[in-house]
Amino acid sequence: MVEFNDKDIEKLETKAKDVRRWIIKMLAEAGSGHPGGSLSSTDIITALYFKIMNHKPDDPKWPDRDRFVLSKGHCCPALYAVLSLSGYFPTYELMRLRKIDSPLQGHTDMLSTPGVEISAGSLGQGLSVAGGMALAGKLNHKDYRVYVVFGDGESQEGQVWEAAMACPHYKLDNLCAFLDHNKLQIDGPVSEVMNIAPVTDKFKAFGWHTIEIDGHDMRQIIQAVNEAKNTFGQPTMVIAHTIKGKGVSFMEGKVGWHGVAPTKEKAEKALLELG
Amino acid sequence: MAELMVTRDAYGKTLVKLGQENQEIIVLDADCSSSTRTSVFREAFPDRFINFGVAEANMIGFAAGLATCGKIVFASTFAVFGSSRVFDQVRTSIAWPKLNVKIVVTHAGISVGEDGASHQAIEDIALMRSLANMTVIVPADGIETEKAIIACTKVPGPFYIRLGRAKFPIVFSNDYEFKIGQGIILRDGKDATIIAIGLMVFEALQAADELKKEGITVRVINMSTIKPIDKELIIQAAQDTRAIVTCEEHSIIGGLGSAVAEVLVENCPVPMKRIGVPDRFGFSATPDELLERFGMKSTHIVKAVKEIL
Ligand SMILES: Cc1ncc(C[n+]2csc(CCOP(=O)(O)OP(=O)(O)O)c2C)c(N)n1
Ligand SMILES: [Mg+2]
Repeated sequence: MVEFNDKDIEKLETKAKDVRRWIIKMLAEAGSGHPGGSLSSTDIITALYFKIMNHKPDDPKWPDRDRFVLSKGHCCPALYAVLSLSGYFPTYELMRLRKIDSPLQGHTDMLSTPGVEISAGSLGQGLSVAGGMALAGKLNHKDYRVYVVFGDGESQEGQVWEAAMACPHYKLDNLCAFLDHNKLQIDGPVSEVMNIAPVTDKFKAFGWHTIEIDGHDMRQIIQAVNEAKNTFGQPTMVIAHTIKGKGVSFMEGKVGWHGVAPTKEKAEKALLELG
Repeated sequence: MAELMVTRDAYGKTLVKLGQENQEIIVLDADCSSSTRTSVFREAFPDRFINFGVAEANMIGFAAGLATCGKIVFASTFAVFGSSRVFDQVRTSIAWPKLNVKIVVTHAGISVGEDGASHQAIEDIALMRSLANMTVIVPADGIETEKAIIACTKVPGPFYIRLGRAKFPIVFSNDYEFKIGQGIILRDGKDATIIAIGLMVFEALQAADELKKEGITVRVINMSTIKPIDKELIIQAAQDTRAIVTCEEHSIIGGLGSAVAEVLVENCPVPMKRIGVPDRFGFSATPDELLERFGMKSTHIVKAVKEIL
């Protein structure tokens, strides 16, 4: 179980703010990329790497490490910032996002970036990949756990539901998935483009242990993981209610900030807000 | 400097024009409408625009069903997701039953740039070209895009039309007569022939200008229909110029270069070079940096022509 006190939570919140600052800086420098979904999943990814997961930044391929799969590869700025602040690579590399010969590709590439567990960018595949990692853990009698973050627009892909069927079928209780439920995708609100509600009931019906949380509340994130660890015989789906663009007032809840990088001026404004 | 135009803008506008003329035209997208420009059609005809969300395979299945009921279906998304992501759905539900579905994709090739390998479709021509019943078209500019979109609605059956993200220089004038299945000679010459598609047509023309300064004249062919390919034009070029260079924003495996080589080998083998993405995945960089790194700029075409002379 992950133990925590008020001080730990405070530390995590400060760290998440740091991550958000880097996301803004790296996107502004790159001139393209995806701020909205990066900011909505920041708190979850921060809590995972700085409090929850067993991992060794100086030994990214440590066989017993917990695995993290970022299924929505376009939100890699959040993962890159977290990996870098964890010590996988120097923070100056963050400013090379999307540039030629950079280790930080526009979408996650496991052959380019230390700490990235799987390449992604075509949505809908990460839950299956995470399932594979969890299954390998069972087959190899390993104790590591597997975490995955995927999007609500992404969950319109049929493959998500193939994985949703397979993970409970194989009783992958070492798998804990986070649905970054920020209610938006490219063409508008998820409910209008292609409704996924009632998404919690759907996963429940598919055999998952489901938990709904505020995806920006560090305590709830950690408690959900603890509940998952205490759940046996089935995988856990954490429906994390989030705000797209969280932390930057002019990006929050705005469809238009899905895949547009802030200009230098907008970035300055955002950084001021982030303190 | 040539005038620039985004081919997908031409696509959106043309769709609206067609939608006004024909009530049976229906447009599908999978959460990319603002990028593919089908959003322009959505604004004009909200009742004839269907969004499937991030669910390309489902979109292709619906497209097939709509087509069996008499609709002329345009289905759009990014090239990677409209080809490799849905290949079996296209094969089984559209190509095989020869249904009237026009898959029009954008963001093809490496000129999507910074998004990196996951979004750079460099295999789609190879895939789609291998499907029986499928017509494959790669327009060179906005004008040819408009003409190809109009032309494909007049021919029942499956089409794959491949557009880019970047601004393409205008190559054609408005009076250009596009015909499905016909390549077109843009420059004539006697020393070699450059056959190009898409964005590479402009690079090929620049290479031809450069070579001319050195006394080498080349024929430049825009081969916008990759399938069915214009065999006669290729054979004629081989007989007249005895050397051929192909240029495409696609893997050198399976695309235009392969299609031309297939014709040459069986009919009129001549020295040939294929310019395109070598057998590797792309990566994040600006479109120009990628073209440079993969040896796809006009300077590289010049070099290739000289090498096979
Ligand atoms: C298979 C596939 N189809 C389309 C895209 C283009 N695309 C990138 S992000 C996105 C929207 C994703 O929405 P969501 O999963 O809600 O992500 P978030 O809101 O967290 O950014 C789309 C359609 C893609 N990357 N992959
Ligand atoms: Mg979303």
